[in-house]
Amino acid sequence: MLNIGGLKQGVVIDHIAAGQGMAIYEYLELGKIDSCVAIIKNASSNKMGRKDIIKIEGPITVDLDTLAVLDPDITLNFIENDAIVAKRKVNLPETVTNILKCKNPRCITSIEQELPHVFKLTVPEKRIYRCVYCDQKYKEAGL
Amino acid sequence: MRHLINPMDLSTEEVNNILALAKKIMANPEKYAHVCEGKKLATLFYEPSTRTRLSFEAAMLNLGGKTLGFHSADSSSASKGESVADTIRIINCYADIVAMRHPKEGAPLVASKYSRIPVINAGDGGHMHPTQTLTDLLTMSELNGRLENLTIGFCGDLKFGRTVHSLINAMVRYPGVKFVLISPEELKIPAYLREETLDAKGIPYKEVSNLEAVMPELDVLYMTRVQKERFFNEEDYIRLKDTFILDKKKLENAKQDMYILHPLPRVNEIAVEVDDDPRAAYFRQAQFGVYARMALIITLLGLADKEV
Repeated sequence: MLNIGGLKQGVVIDHIAAGQGMAIYEYLELGKIDSCVAIIKNASSNKMGRKDIIKIEGPITVDLDTLAVLDPDITLNFIENDAIVAKRKVNLPETVTNILKCKNPRCITSIEQELPHVFKLTVPEKRIYRCVYCDQKYKEAGL
Repeated sequence: MRHLINPMDLSTEEVNNILALAKKIMANPEKYAHVCEGKKLATLFYEPSTRTRLSFEAAMLNLGGKTLGFHSADSSSASKGESVADTIRIINCYADIVAMRHPKEGAPLVASKYSRIPVINAGDGGHMHPTQTLTDLLTMSELNGRLENLTIGFCGDLKFGRTVHSLINAMVRYPGVKFVLISPEELKIPAYLREETLDAKGIPYKEVSNLEAVMPELDVLYMTRVQKERFFNEEDYIRLKDTFILDKKKLENAKQDMYILHPLPRVNEIAVEVDDDPRAAYFRQAQFGVYARMALIITLLGLADKEV
């Protein structure tokens, strides 16, 4: 496996579905931060066969749990002083704003563009999110 | 600030309090004739709805209040491109409570986020119509004498009928309730309602396509219109539309204390000959709607505790 230097402090976003690493990179707007960022594509994985990984040096202010909406298999490894201090799966957030878009043409968001698109988690075990305005289910999983 | 956007915004206790107040108003309307004196209801109707609007206006007038508003988007500043948020901020300067109907789903929710006065959803597209639900609950509570231990038959268009979906969601909170869902295959209740409400809560229900066979079981028969525009081909519509016309013959096996409800307007799904049957409750239901809205207005204005 390609060797990428370890992190002194930061986060490793692991178990990203192979091929989705760049999309996660774009979603988190990692191109705009000054920190050192590494994207590893198609790394071998016992669990997944192939996976993508993103390593981010330094503190990150984004709510990484929103990634669960896009890819629930993602895991987060938090690094401090060259050691993993916490490792966990992403938790589905109760509410997500401006991540999912409501596509219901009858929804008020279809005519009032400045409204935030807000979805609520209604059935956690099935990962069902519904638009708070019209209750339309978000149908497309992933990115 | 309390609003009523979704029927489920109200707890069972709050619903029961509103129904109890509505019954007190029914018993003694004069006592409530001045409760809202000096208060104004704005009816913001972005699409026409004569019955609901008049019911709201009658409710406010019965309480001694006044009404103002518009009756179509063309006669509001929405036609100039004003947002719902801006409109509600302006209406806040003019009125004490708002009833809003809008063709877009979620518009009343948006209004409530920007409003300092209570907003009542008077129907948002095919989404919610909470005052119809209150009306239905009041009708059953008054006529059947209870909301618990009822077997309710819903008949007709169960797929697109928002009143059916809202009422099912409201009724599953009462113990001993069973549903009989009578519809053609094409117009069964949506999967999410079956899975996320009925199955998830273990509510007894059955889906059938023959009204007469289940008639003896029902305490309430909630009729809806089978809408032609919902069918992909006219043959299916013609085949099915008459299946669900309720007439005297189909009522032969019904309980004597069963009541027939309908959110109206009716087209042909209830034969006119049924109107004289004492179990036909749909016109009384419209009257109950005024009382339900009166009780809701009093409650949301915070006047329920100040009754004389």
